[in-house]
Amino acid sequence: MTDRTPETSASAASPARWRPSRRRRGAAVDPSPAAAPAVRPDFDLDIAPNDPLIGYCEQVAGAIDVDGLELDSAAVRALRARGTKLVVPLITQGELIGLLALGQRLSERDYSVDDRQLLDTLAGHAAPALRVGQLVRQQEAALVSRERLEQELRVAQLIQQQFLPKTLPDLPSWHIAAFYRPARTVGGDFYDFITLPDGRVFIVVGDVTDKGVPAALVMASTHSLLRSCAAQLVSPSAVLQHVNDLLYDEIPAHMFVTCLALVLDPATGVVTYANAGHDLPYVRTDTGVIELRATGMPLGLMPAMTYEEKVAVLQPGDSMLLHSDGLAEAHAPDREMFGFPRLMKLVEASPGGEALIDVVLAEHSRFIGAGAEQEDDITLVTLQRNISAEYGGEAAETVLEDFELPSQPGNEREAMERIAIAVRGLALSARTLDRLKTAVAETTMNAIEHGNRNSPDVPVHITVVGTPEFVAVTITDEGGLAADAPSPAAPDLDAKLAGLQTPRGWGLFLIKNMVDDVTVDTQGSRHSVRLTVRLDDAASSEASNAEQL
Amino acid sequence: MQSSCDVTVRRIPGAVVLELRGELNAAATDLLLPTYREAVRDGNPQSVLLDFAQVDYINSTGIALVVGVLAQARAEGRTIVACGLSEHYREIFAITRLSDFMQMFGDVDAALVDISRA
Repeated sequence: MTDRTPETSASAASPARWRPSRRRRGAAVDPSPAAAPAVRPDFDLDIAPNDPLIGYCEQVAGAIDVDGLELDSAAVRALRARGTKLVVPLITQGELIGLLALGQRLSERDYSVDDRQLLDTLAGHAAPALRVGQLVRQQEAALVSRERLEQELRVAQLIQQQFLPKTLPDLPSWHIAAFYRPARTVGGDFYDFITLPDGRVFIVVGDVTDKGVPAALVMASTHSLLRSCAAQLVSPSAVLQHVNDLLYDEIPAHMFVTCLALVLDPATGVVTYANAGHDLPYVRTDTGVIELRATGMPLGLMPAMTYEEKVAVLQPGDSMLLHSDGLAEAHAPDREMFGFPRLMKLVEASPGGEALIDVVLAEHSRFIGAGAEQEDDITLVTLQRNISAEYGGEAAETVLEDFELPSQPGNEREAMERIAIAVRGLALSARTLDRLKTAVAETTMNAIEHGNRNSPDVPVHITVVGTPEFVAVTITDEGGLAADAPSPAAPDLDAKLAGLQTPRGWGLFLIKNMVDDVTVDTQGSRHSVRLTVRLDDAASSEASNAEQL
Repeated sequence: MQSSCDVTVRRIPGAVVLELRGELNAAATDLLLPTYREAVRDGNPQSVLLDFAQVDYINSTGIALVVGVLAQARAEGRTIVACGLSEHYREIFAITRLSDFMQMFGDVDAALVDISRA
């Protein structure tokens, strides 16, 4: 014992810390190789759970000569590289929890039997104390992280609830239902209804990637952006385009928002929609379930995106389901996914509304298994158009006029006059008629110029139909989806006056603002635009019908 | 295409009136802005009145021409006043926000009364 130097004692007092790691691969070897022969006063050594050194230490009690070990062990190589000569396992309750690692004695002699006995005794006392310390530290860390997580969840839930609508729109002839249930970890789902001044309703359903507070904050900001521009822009594609540009500057990298935006005209059932990468809505019709497809990238991923805008009509008796991916991407215990076909079948089998929501939720619970935790938020919104006496069966459209015009500039004036004659006697105010005429003129101009490229021998075909509720004018050209069709971007007068935009580009803007509905249809080379205006007393007659029901 | 629009320039102290007639469409492309430039060359009028009373059709190209004149006038520090628009075209000027950038009057006389008061 007399030749033991204080230096070796110091190194014995610095155990190599073995972090019980779950890693499956080899131990982390200290990056600096055996450049220094002496043991460093303190170093970390990660020993992989499958390293043979662990089993060896647990079997062989007492100090071990590192140089004498014949093990294919990354940990042993690391110890040797550090100049370790002797290790003393710290074992408690049969489990290796650490090692005392000693370097070369300063006298360069081997460790004596006495030395080894002393070290064994020390290890026997140190091991349980070290274990207690480890356990306390683990528990503290677990507690802190659990508390932080729970606090975060409470905040996320508060944010989330703040932005969900408190009431649903009450529309005559329609039934709207909504359901939202957060997962325990709270995703970033949201939905909203905004009633526009003209009585139409802007509806949005969205989902933020990621979970917890970050997702909730992005959701809140997306929600506000959507609210602020939905009232001004009205067109769902313009809203998504605008919000995407604003969001792109704000959103953290690798986060994005999928979003479906639509405008419902309760009077006609016309739904104008655009989609930023969100799950497709389903519509249950007489002839089966259809998906409403419109292409567009999720919000916040890339700047200057455009969104396809499409139109569908919900007939009386039709129902629509908007949903978030928490449902279709739910898993059964065997990892099978709930999937879209299953959801589509449920939509097909239910009339819609709360009944559909109940059926979908019941099927979801059955599918994921009893007691299983919901993986992601679930959002469901249903729109149902009531079957009313007024709409019993197909409301027949009467053809009021059907004619062709040569594709020559200026012929739009003739189209205006012939439309005015065709709708004479219908309940159209002077204002509505003027608006319809302007929309017809602009659409006919586009057909002449962009569709038929001013070829006089290619005609523009115009049909006028009427029902007790509306008049529709369909204008068809032979240009298909003309490559030089005017851009659908909303014109910005400030930019035009500042010379940042061409003064032109008002055609589509005028068309959309002049009539109640614009639908576009392309079949082969035939490109049709249908303009619909409600007759001026249609709204009141519908209201009285609703009362009779 | 035959020109279906013409413009008469009428000068009064401090202002100039462009009386438009016919259709404000592509046919007026080479007419409206050159006439405006010609009209403001002498006397540097502060206000330019566009009189639409005898215009029976304005299409999107016509709107673009009005935007062009308005942009030019603003660059020169002049005021554009729109007179005699029908209800329908007043609505279109509102929707396009042109009415945010020009005063609107029922006819030229009302506009001139307002200008002389200012």
